[in-house]
Amino acid sequence: MILLTWYLILSGVLFTIGAVGVLIRRNAIVIFMCIELMLNAVNLAFVTFARQLNSMDGQIFVFFIMTVAAAEAAVGLAIIIAIYRNKATVNVDNINLMKW
Amino acid sequence: MPYFFGCSYLDLIGYVLLFPLAGTVINGFLGKKLNKAIVGIVGCTAIGLSFIVSFFVFIDLLKLAPEHRVFEKDYFTWIGSGAFEAIAGLQVDPLSVIMILVVSGVGFLIHVYSVGYMHDDDGFYRYFTYLNLFTFSMLLLVLANNFLLMFIGWEGVGLCSYLLIGFWFEKKSASDAGMKAFIVNRVGDFGFILAIMLIFVTFNTIDFTDVFHAAPEHLQTGSFIATMITLLLFVGAVGKSAQIPLYTWLPDAMEGPTPVSALIHAATMVTAGVYMVVRCNVLYTLSPFSLTVVAVIGGATALFAATIGLAQNDIKRVLAYSTVSQIGYMFLACGVGAYITGIFHLVTHAFFKALLFLGSGSVIHGLGGEQDMRKMGGLKKYMPTTHTTFLIGTLAIAGIPPFAGFFSKDEILLDAFTKGSLLLWGLGAFAALLTAFYMFRLLFMTFYGKSNMTKHVEEHVHESPMSILIPLLVLALLSILGGFIGFPTASAINSFLAPVIGGGHHSMADGGNLHHVSNSLMFSMMGISTGIAIVGILLAYLMYIKQPDLPAKIVGKFKLIYKIIYNKYYVDEIYDATIVKPTVKTSFILWKIVDVKIIDGFVNAVARIVELKSEVLKLFQTGYVRNYALSILLGGVIIIVCSLVLL
Repeated sequence: MILLTWYLILSGVLFTIGAVGVLIRRNAIVIFMCIELMLNAVNLAFVTFARQLNSMDGQIFVFFIMTVAAAEAAVGLAIIIAIYRNKATVNVDNINLMKW
Repeated sequence: MPYFFGCSYLDLIGYVLLFPLAGTVINGFLGKKLNKAIVGIVGCTAIGLSFIVSFFVFIDLLKLAPEHRVFEKDYFTWIGSGAFEAIAGLQVDPLSVIMILVVSGVGFLIHVYSVGYMHDDDGFYRYFTYLNLFTFSMLLLVLANNFLLMFIGWEGVGLCSYLLIGFWFEKKSASDAGMKAFIVNRVGDFGFILAIMLIFVTFNTIDFTDVFHAAPEHLQTGSFIATMITLLLFVGAVGKSAQIPLYTWLPDAMEGPTPVSALIHAATMVTAGVYMVVRCNVLYTLSPFSLTVVAVIGGATALFAATIGLAQNDIKRVLAYSTVSQIGYMFLACGVGAYITGIFHLVTHAFFKALLFLGSGSVIHGLGGEQDMRKMGGLKKYMPTTHTTFLIGTLAIAGIPPFAGFFSKDEILLDAFTKGSLLLWGLGAFAALLTAFYMFRLLFMTFYGKSNMTKHVEEHVHESPMSILIPLLVLALLSILGGFIGFPTASAINSFLAPVIGGGHHSMADGGNLHHVSNSLMFSMMGISTGIAIVGILLAYLMYIKQPDLPAKIVGKFKLIYKIIYNKYYVDEIYDATIVKPTVKTSFILWKIVDVKIIDGFVNAVARIVELKSEVLKLFQTGYVRNYALSILLGGVIIIVCSLVLL
């Protein structure tokens, strides 16, 4: 039996990798994938606690998150494609129209 | 009671105001497109109709019993705020009826006159718009049933006075004179506003009837509040009616068209102060000190202005100083408690002074704009009608029986003698001597003697057209007959106005006028004042007809005095040096240093500081999503750590 702690550590590591990726990477697609990674890290934590507490609530949350992530993927990729068509790049440093 | 569409004529009082207002609106908005004939007809008709309504109101009022001759009509609540309430309402009583008859009657004649006088002016429609607006404001002033509404009329006439003095605003002197009139009037208006506030604070109402009803119970005779209210009101009257020390604007107001000088700056507006004092007679009676001030200022102004009139050469300026002087007489009468006499003189003065101004206008018109009397002379044969009417006006103002001015001026002198003091009588009597002198000086210099006109003017001099002569003739008739409304032994105006004085206490009014004066005193006073007038006339005759070189000799002897009088006692210069210049200088300092450096500097400094701080704060707003995401993450971590530690 693998300890609960290990699952949570894995979840934390995945989340941190994702967060760091969002912060330091410049490629929009990579940032986007990092966000997905963070979401899935959270999913893992939910599932772990659901099993531990013998409650279905956490698992149901996971389904919600997956649904939202799927919708987000559709919208997010569409935005990235639109940006690429506009600027011929997906480097976020060049996407700075809002900067004063 | 006659009924008109089911209501008495008194109910139609609003139309007295409505017609001039309608005339203003029509001429003001459409006048530019209408031709001059229509503009003139609209302007005159408006005032004519107003006069007709006033007349019927007067007839209706006469049918009521004397003690019931007060009619108030409230239209709507104009301002209602807590305890303060100002109602747009009109009050018809003997005093206001006399005033609206004079204003609309003389106003109508002057409108007709103006059609001829202003015919060649480009601003014809503008002129009639202002003149109608003036008549409206003046009627509002005298009809209002509370202080605030009266103040609106008061300011309205001030505005029209400004607009009409500066009517030829391309001329700098005219626009300067307009501003001077307006600013000097503001000083007086300030006193008036304070008085209204004080009245409200004291009586909790500004309605005439309520205030005058409450005053005798509320205030003790000679109390501080009564004195303050009346003195502040009098400050307003001094400004509007051009008395010492605020009279300087009136002579300059002669820059306006002559009919304006006749209507506004002689017959009606400048007498508003007298009307106001008489309207508030209940309050004034409560303050003997204020009455003394009124009488002294009035008497002093009467004499002071008359002396200046001696040495002026501009025909209109002589008349202007004579107006100041005559209004001084009215205040003198009010100051000794003879309010009715003051109003009586106001009415007769309106007739003969309007006549004199219009006559001078006719002369100026005939001479193509010349106003200097030294360049006139011998006009009698060129302008016979103008001469005749002018002579009547001059006799009236000089106080020769049976012309209008004789009765009213004589009564004022009599009242000053019996109720005032010998000093006040002396002031008035000496001013009367001077009046007779300078008015006949004016008459002789203009119409008699040899002609001093330039050749060019002499060829073109002509009698004025009918639209100018008819008003002159009507006013001349009024100047002859007007005095009989106050005939000493059977004074119609006395009994008519009596209910207005002293809030209806008849004893006061009856005792106040002539009834206690013995006939012998009355007739000897009449003899004295006529004698004084004749002496003045003979002096003028001697100096300007018999020995035309005499004035120059006298001037040569009293060079200094002449110079002082000729320069109007340097009052304008003194005001300029002590008030105008320092004000301008202080304003300049306030502008250049306080405003530009301190106030603007402060505002700019605040903006500069914000800008500098923003430069720092700007750095936080990089525009990179990852920086924001990092702060979100850090924030989340801090919150989690904190909650873990704290829990």
